[in-house]
Amino acid sequence: MAAASPSASSPARWPLSLWIGMAMLAPLILVAVGGPAVAPYVYDEMNFLARLQPPGPDFWCGTDEFGRDVFSRTLVGTRESLIMGFSATLISLVIGMPLGLIAGYKRGRIEELIMRASDVLLSFPPILLGILVLAVTPPALWKAIVAIGIVYAPQVVRVTRAITLELMQEEFIEAARLRGESARYVLFSEILPNIWPPLAVETSLRIVFAILLGAALSFIGMGAQPPSSDWGLMIAEARPFVEQAPWIALCPGFALAVTVIGINLLGDGLRAVLDPRNTGRH
Amino acid sequence: MFLFTLTRLVYLGVVLVVMSILVFLITQAMPGDVAHLIAGQFASKEVVEAISIKLGLDQPLIVQYGRWAAGILHGDLGRSLTLEQAIAPIVIEALIRSLVLAVSALFIVAVLGIGLGVLAAVRRGKLSDQMVSGISYIGIAVPDFFWAILLILVFGSYLQLLPTGGYAPISDGFLAWAKHLILPVITLVLMMLARVARLTRSSMIDVLQTNYVKYARAKGMPERVVIFRHALKNALLPTITVLAINFGWILGGVVVIETVFSYPGLGRLLLFAIQRHDLPLIQATILLVSTAYCLANLVADLLYAFVNPKIRHSMSNN
Repeated sequence: MAAASPSASSPARWPLSLWIGMAMLAPLILVAVGGPAVAPYVYDEMNFLARLQPPGPDFWCGTDEFGRDVFSRTLVGTRESLIMGFSATLISLVIGMPLGLIAGYKRGRIEELIMRASDVLLSFPPILLGILVLAVTPPALWKAIVAIGIVYAPQVVRVTRAITLELMQEEFIEAARLRGESARYVLFSEILPNIWPPLAVETSLRIVFAILLGAALSFIGMGAQPPSSDWGLMIAEARPFVEQAPWIALCPGFALAVTVIGINLLGDGLRAVLDPRNTGRH
Repeated sequence: MFLFTLTRLVYLGVVLVVMSILVFLITQAMPGDVAHLIAGQFASKEVVEAISIKLGLDQPLIVQYGRWAAGILHGDLGRSLTLEQAIAPIVIEALIRSLVLAVSALFIVAVLGIGLGVLAAVRRGKLSDQMVSGISYIGIAVPDFFWAILLILVFGSYLQLLPTGGYAPISDGFLAWAKHLILPVITLVLMMLARVARLTRSSMIDVLQTNYVKYARAKGMPERVVIFRHALKNALLPTITVLAINFGWILGGVVVIETVFSYPGLGRLLLFAIQRHDLPLIQATILLVSTAYCLANLVADLLYAFVNPKIRHSMSNN
């Protein structure tokens, strides 16, 4: 009944991408947990004597137009980006997973209704749906997180449903149903434990999309608001100074790239460990 | 095939109607009464009421939606509140500018992506293959707006070759017009190139292992003919679909790209409308972009069914 084959789950056999991904993400997570405490300067403290300073021994990544330390701001922004990615994905899962399970298990009318509704949401370009949700009220970070969660929920619905449908063909599910187990038992005790491995892989990729969409929303001014040091917002604020002081934009941009590559590698590695059948499916 | 196309078209119609209702309801929920906005901060209550009666804002929502939807079907998108002009011409002008970006980016991605994918597949495991994969990985990891800023930095500030943003109408001369397009188009290309190249590579590798390719080689055909005449034709099936889907993505992505480059297309118009709370303009731009996105996806579906004989036949049998 275990979905992952035990031979692949011993750490000695983990693929290289999983190790590299973890090595890239571990410092990021530490920095995110440490937050302002690990930053050499206060992230939103202005210092007009040191505006637009190039990188040097005092300011490792230079300073911005208000004399704020770009390195400290980028460090502090890590927490925001990771929180954004993780909580938005959590929201997608909370909305999408039960709907996908129901659609895959109940079939019929309910399935039709759920799938058509998610198709409509999928007909919007993701960023546009985000903007549409956010345009209603003044922008704020938590609203952006909820919007991203909603935007990506239909895709979780699709994946969960597909996995559930696949599982429903399995003999142990059929056996449970023939035994006369309740729908609740089959869903929670038989299906749920078995959809986790493939869903975990999918989730790691969702987090990347959520982080990137969050950065894009903050970049166009509809996500995190100043004086936050969200990476997308930092890059947007650096845009007018990019010719004089490129480091303001480069530092958070580099951080974003490291985060995204790290999570992608981790996801690739996870797929090889948890879901060996489907390696290379995407 | 005909039936399939028909059902897809009906389905598209339903999606568009639901979408228009969604857009209408969400924009209705926006704070700030339109009549108040038009009348200004210091207008008396009577003036505000008069305006809302004139605009029909006092009527029930369903009536308002009906009038709005009927207008759209007649090509009347209403009037912009802030620009005080009819919306249709503004939106169409912006749409054309965005399409210029999208179409040129798509063309370059198709040529380059397929080329690189074939190269990587043919030289599988060699340095050029690994380089294509490496570049693909980085291309996906860095958000589009950051690519844009890097490009502005290199080509705009350091090399001073290209303008860092803005737009020149074609009446200013072809060169000035084209120069303003280069950086936004490169950014869009970078965002999509990786996927197209990777997909072409993997489907090309699959096809190169089929028996008919082996047979063609065994017959002693030149490798060039084998690859381009025999293998590529079949390897392109999935790529074509992805290209059409990508076109939809570009249309969504223009919001960000146009903001970075101050390019006056649909995306920037939408942000402008949101900042000014220009409801009719927001509704029109979102609806237009979403419709274009749906159309691109429809084309992707139809193309896939059309070029894939397996699906085509299974559909005519049903």
